[in-house]
Amino acid sequence: MNAAVITEQQTLVIRGRKVVGGVAEGEALVTRDRISGWGGIDPRTGTVIETRHELRGQSFAGKVLVFPGAKGSSGWSAMFHMTRLMNSAPAAFLFNEMTTKMALGAVVTHAPAMTDFERDPLECIETGDWVRVDADSGVVEITKKKQEGAA
Amino acid sequence: MHLSDEEKAMYDGRDGPAVQKAMDLLVRYGEALGAERLVETRNVCASITSTTPFQRDFALAKGGGMDAVFSEFSLDSQETVEIPKFKVFTSHLQLGFDPGQPERMGVSEEIVRFYEKSERHAAGLGAQIMNTCTPYQVGNIPTRGEHCAWMESSAVVYCNSVLGARTNTEGRESTGAAMLTGRIPYWGYHLDQNRHATHVVELDIEVESVQDWGLLGYYIGEHVQERVPVVHSRRGISRVPNLPRLKHFGAAASSSGGVEMYHIAGVTPEALTLEQALGGRAPAQVLRYGEAERRATYEKINTTGKDGEVQYVMLGCPHYTIEQIWEAAQLIEGRKVHPDCELWIFTPRAIKALADRNGYTKIIEDAGGIIMGDSCSAMSRAVPKGTKTVALDSAKQAHYLPAILGVQAWFGSTAECIDAACTGRWNGGYA
Repeated sequence: MNAAVITEQQTLVIRGRKVVGGVAEGEALVTRDRISGWGGIDPRTGTVIETRHELRGQSFAGKVLVFPGAKGSSGWSAMFHMTRLMNSAPAAFLFNEMTTKMALGAVVTHAPAMTDFERDPLECIETGDWVRVDADSGVVEITKKKQEGAA
Repeated sequence: MHLSDEEKAMYDGRDGPAVQKAMDLLVRYGEALGAERLVETRNVCASITSTTPFQRDFALAKGGGMDAVFSEFSLDSQETVEIPKFKVFTSHLQLGFDPGQPERMGVSEEIVRFYEKSERHAAGLGAQIMNTCTPYQVGNIPTRGEHCAWMESSAVVYCNSVLGARTNTEGRESTGAAMLTGRIPYWGYHLDQNRHATHVVELDIEVESVQDWGLLGYYIGEHVQERVPVVHSRRGISRVPNLPRLKHFGAAASSSGGVEMYHIAGVTPEALTLEQALGGRAPAQVLRYGEAERRATYEKINTTGKDGEVQYVMLGCPHYTIEQIWEAAQLIEGRKVHPDCELWIFTPRAIKALADRNGYTKIIEDAGGIIMGDSCSAMSRAVPKGTKTVALDSAKQAHYLPAILGVQAWFGSTAECIDAACTGRWNGGYA
């Protein structure tokens, strides 16, 4: 028996500013690399395709995407717009750097989106955590995934 | 966000549902940015037409109308609205292929016909079918201080930096809304305080050729990312860079990084002096660019180049100027493109007409090369069959093509590229 078994799930709340309203939840997909739209993702599957990208080969479809922000071509919004039409869009966007690419991309994807956090989401959210985004209230609720080997 | 009376009237539907949808998008976008208001623009550069099977099928599912495609893809409106004539001057950017070269570009006749339908639709609404990443070459040269709504990173950086006009990097939907309303969010590079330099790049060497300026741009983009650099030389910039040099420089800086605005002290319009470029603030960082940095950048851009045999030479990223076509014609006159290699040169169709008249097209075609319009290999993902290694005189294209198509790329001067086309081998090197 392990005396240090955590029975209660750890939850954490951070606050930020609404970029696109709405409420969504899902598993987090976290990267410290900025994401390119055109030439960076395949909108048919929501997969990151950029060579040397930390998430290369992984899909953000239905996930809460946590990342620094957008980079690359002005086709960013058009590519994320396509993910919505092809049902491979992220459930929500949480990001740190506001740019026109990022703002427009989030708007046309219609997924709840937030920025300007009191605590850096890249520091307190890990891939696999369960995240509920209430952009209308400016609240992100994070349920940490169970630590492997803890039980 | 604050709206003027005129904007409120558009938002409330005075000018019909399409303008209302456009205002709705601008308000959602402006609020997402945290913009306080919109600004008037009379100059839009955008991608409007449709070139993909997905868009063709989308149009078919909605009854075949191009208004349905514009509503969704250019206005983010799921309801199909009737699109009225554009309110302001709108230039069409490059496409996913050259519709005049469907076989070379690997595009079906059916998709070309669908594209032509969408081109007629856009032209009918008022789009200028320039079909180039360099609208500033063919009739759209904004004035200093003019508020614009442009897409295309290499054009945006030229607009802000060389012309002193003001634009953010817009997208398909925000430019779609701008065409119908003459408005765009007043944010980012529209405001004075965001246009000052944050980083100084001190030149320890002379920067002269078109290739030199591309190397410098690529170096700067990597180091400043999306910030605003000012290039400075203590001795002064002895030879003022011309259009092909600054076109290459900005395209490189916006590929390796996300530079949307730069200054060159003593050259560009908002940098008569270093102090003016900095706007009275201390730079976040001072970088030095000398021989070691130049060489390291050259080697970085040439990382993928391995094989001596070259099957494809692409020139015209960003789209060639008439001066560059003239240079290419002089370099290739009397020579022949090697049977195992192809030479494609991309330029706006309006410049091609001039090259035809000047006799340059004939010189290039007699040598076995071709001049194409509307697109480039990175946009179209089209290269000659069997291409393993390409030679390029553009740092931007050398950045993108290996990533997009998995080919090897050699980056060098135009003369080295023409030589590669005629010998089928890369004989270039650091100079």
